[in-house]
Amino acid sequence: MSKFNKGKKREGGSISTASLPDIVFMLLFFFMVTTVMREVDLKVKLETPEATQIEKIENKSLVSYIYIGEPYDSKKYGTSSRIQLNDQFAKVLDVGPYVEQKRSEVNEVLIPKLITSMKVDEKTKMGIVTEVKQELRKVQALKINYATRERLNSN
Amino acid sequence: MPSKRRELQEINAGSMADIAFLLLVFFLVTTTMDSDWGLARRLPPPLDINQPEPPPIKDRNVFVVLANANDQLLVEGEILEINQLKEKAKEFIDNPNDIADLPEKKITKVKFFGNYPVSKQVISLQNDNGTSYDLYIQVQNELAAAYSELRNKLAAEKFGVSYDYLVESNDKPKIKAIRAIYPQRISEAEPKNVGGQ
Repeated sequence: MSKFNKGKKREGGSISTASLPDIVFMLLFFFMVTTVMREVDLKVKLETPEATQIEKIENKSLVSYIYIGEPYDSKKYGTSSRIQLNDQFAKVLDVGPYVEQKRSEVNEVLIPKLITSMKVDEKTKMGIVTEVKQELRKVQALKINYATRERLNSN
Repeated sequence: MPSKRRELQEINAGSMADIAFLLLVFFLVTTTMDSDWGLARRLPPPLDINQPEPPPIKDRNVFVVLANANDQLLVEGEILEINQLKEKAKEFIDNPNDIADLPEKKITKVKFFGNYPVSKQVISLQNDNGTSYDLYIQVQNELAAAYSELRNKLAAEKFGVSYDYLVESNDKPKIKAIRAIYPQRISEAEPKNVGGQ
């Protein structure tokens, strides 16, 4: 009697797929938990510059975003840089009310912790950025963050 | 026949995987993993008309960085490339050999360090309306890197760990001492409009 049943022909049994739903569910829950829905539809081309000295924004609910860049639909909106707040294009003067709107939504205690994140395309000229910054100064929104990508080959 | 007792049937779970896959694909597509990273800065408060003029700062204490509409840098009257800016800024901030052109030092009492000569450096940054945002961020980044390298060096000499490590472990008194010696003073002048839009 051989120990390992060498002679006996194995049957080609199919792999049980009963645990497949479990695996898929596991993945599903992972993505459900980590997912963050895109807050807005970008209407401007956005390629942020690279930097090395960067910090992470911890509390996303305290951030208001300002997007500046060249419109995607350049036939309709032209090629000069535009400001986008929420889902629409805006003028420089709309920045102040936009930040104040955000302020009124959060708890009073958290107001000093509010951050304005400037997501600006790297090809934008400083003129429009400076105008927005002056507007932010007027409404006392002094904590700002220039959104950047991380430069990998730091030297 | 109605009188016959129905047998308890199991629900077919074969399509469960398909449903789960469908949901999975949906979340895979909508998910964005990118978290928000960036350079944190503080804007100066709005100008008050009644505010008295600030006392003039000596020329030797100011490190002037100018950026024009063609993305060229003029640092202390010298045309520099962006990759030379950090070393130049570090030399200015630290002034290790007490050169007469570089900032003065004031003996200040700092916790952990005792009386320490703290340089009176200020970095002044001015750009044109036509300067690209990319260059502006690169300049900000290089200046921040200059400060952070000096802070790291000082922390390594004094505490044996880098400044980044102190920040990570949230060691507030030590961070405060290092910051008192190398305060980040970057002032941005109102931009000029020479190069046009």
